[in-house]
Amino acid sequence: MDFGRISRRHLLQGGAALTLGAAAGLRPALAAETTIGFIYVGSRDDYGYNQAHAQGAAALKKIPGLKVVEEEKVPETDAVEKTIESMINLDGATLLFPTSFGYYNPHMIKMATKYPKLRFEHCGGLWSDKDPKNAGSYFGYIDEAQYISGIVAGLTSKSGKLGFVAAKPIPQVLRNINAFTLGAKSVNPKATTQVIFTGDWSMPVKEAEATNSLIDQGVDVLTCHVDGPKTMVENAARRGAFVCGYHTNQSALAPKAYLTGAEWNWEALYPKFVKMIAAGEGIPNFYRGGLKEEIVKVSSYGEAVSAEARKAADDAKAKFLSAEGFAIFKGGLVDNKGKTVIAAGTDRGQKDPELEKMDYLVEGVIGATS
Amino acid sequence: MADGSIGLWTVPLAVLGGAIRVSTPFLFVSLGECITERSGRINLGLEGTLVMGAMSAYGISYLSGSPWLGVLAAGITGALLGALHAGICSLPRVNDVAVGIALMLFGTGLAFYLGKPLIEPTAPRLPAIDFGWWSDIPQVRAALRINVLFLIGVALAPILYWAFRTTRWGLLIRTAGESSDAARAMGHSVLLIRLRATMVGGFLAGIGGSFLSLFYPGSWNEGLSSGQGITAVALVIFARWDPLLCLWASLAFGGAAALGPALQSVGVTSGYHLFNAAPYILTLAIMIITCSPKRTLTGAPAELSITR
Repeated sequence: MDFGRISRRHLLQGGAALTLGAAAGLRPALAAETTIGFIYVGSRDDYGYNQAHAQGAAALKKIPGLKVVEEEKVPETDAVEKTIESMINLDGATLLFPTSFGYYNPHMIKMATKYPKLRFEHCGGLWSDKDPKNAGSYFGYIDEAQYISGIVAGLTSKSGKLGFVAAKPIPQVLRNINAFTLGAKSVNPKATTQVIFTGDWSMPVKEAEATNSLIDQGVDVLTCHVDGPKTMVENAARRGAFVCGYHTNQSALAPKAYLTGAEWNWEALYPKFVKMIAAGEGIPNFYRGGLKEEIVKVSSYGEAVSAEARKAADDAKAKFLSAEGFAIFKGGLVDNKGKTVIAAGTDRGQKDPELEKMDYLVEGVIGATS
Repeated sequence: MADGSIGLWTVPLAVLGGAIRVSTPFLFVSLGECITERSGRINLGLEGTLVMGAMSAYGISYLSGSPWLGVLAAGITGALLGALHAGICSLPRVNDVAVGIALMLFGTGLAFYLGKPLIEPTAPRLPAIDFGWWSDIPQVRAALRINVLFLIGVALAPILYWAFRTTRWGLLIRTAGESSDAARAMGHSVLLIRLRATMVGGFLAGIGGSFLSLFYPGSWNEGLSSGQGITAVALVIFARWDPLLCLWASLAFGGAAALGPALQSVGVTSGYHLFNAAPYILTLAIMIITCSPKRTLTGAPAELSITR
């Protein structure tokens, strides 16, 4: 009974899909008027993950000749296949962005096999040779931006105690917690990050409680990895703590407390994808990148960020942008149980697939993965 | 302390603060449901009412600039949803539990639909009263920043307890709940009594929702309730339809919700899923302890469809 999802498409779907279905296979790859479909798992103005993608979609709307269709709150079930079908058959979409992690396998793969002439691009998935060639996955090394947030947080905090409100201990989240902590420790070796896992992606009451508990412990700079950072940002600002944002820019919610943040930069990437297709070269099936590739970015600094912190953060950014790059996870890395997780002498660069399996918290993080 | 930390004291303080911060929606919904169930009807739709209340309070507060108008709007929305429930249930051969489930889905769906443009803006919030002025410790002061709605809820519990026992309308509600024949014999319309009781119940649940969006966590989004309305309905059953026990049960639930994050913040990190589940484990434990197949629940209104 979710009225938000009963769109024009759904109402027409039943009857119209039958008649249009027959003509579906005949669409050209990228004609003058191209339709691009975006599918979000939540609301597109959540100040978080979905809004970041919606901003990317908005950037495509500005390009003449492109039509963008969007659907929000599509669960990671068969529902996404139905949405994809209706976007293809009713709206004539030829390029689809199912943006949520759980859409990839089996749903998007199934659709890509069924419509081999159309292009499917998934955020966060791990495309392999076995998957259809018209499907692809892209993702950003947002831990680079988290590392810079950590530097700013480490130099702003008076207590040296930082807080992290996290959803679940999965590799992407742990990588962000670790990068944030390593950034802070690079400028303040005594800094610690206390992490609280709420257990799910959207738990506003738990997130607010976690924020309050962290501040009660003396934490004075917080960041998070949950779907909508709004709760954490607003509640931390009310208690007088500083925050670093995530997913998108939340400075409007707490202008005085907002230091900086790790943001997705889909509005730079998506037009790039469209250009690749238009130029006939196609999008690489497996696409990854960080600050240098403009897939992630750092929010502009808030007024509370000192000149020293700005300089340290800018220096780190310059290293990431340099030709040789910068490895966050260097050899001799010890986890918070005292075990060496990366042996001395072996730096793990950003593209190292080992990092996508991360299951530890580095020294300086207070918390456990289970 | 020098570094602003209060160490292990965080846990009892967070549980106390959590009991105050998190309990208010539980309290309002359970008191409202208490009135409805005492009249002999179960309204499971209060989860939907809670979410609709949260959404309408946020919307009206944002549009009018007055959070108190938002609270009133939430109450009225709740009362209307209550009237809808009671109206449908007054038709012959309608099951109130089934209607409640339908209204729960209707309420949340409608709230998500109408609330779409409200996720982004920031509405004026309800003010807090600073009861921690006597303390130098910022953590204590923060825990004791209390909202008026919480105080109203706390006052309402003994008032309802008293009203059920000693006032005329309290007696009428109980009569309708214990024996509709007796109420009819006295010349009262059972349907009308239940309509009013369900509307008052909805009104209170709506206000509980306004607390969620206008005070704590303090913004509108779709995950806001995460089942608190339905938990509060269950809470009425093990509070034995007693408003005073509803108050203690709500406080216990609020405190339990704060336990998981608080323990993690002091470094008790193993098994946080278990601590996060504390409110639900508490529900199960109390249900198991208090339930028996040999007798009906003491205190249960005899006309309730689950006991009849």
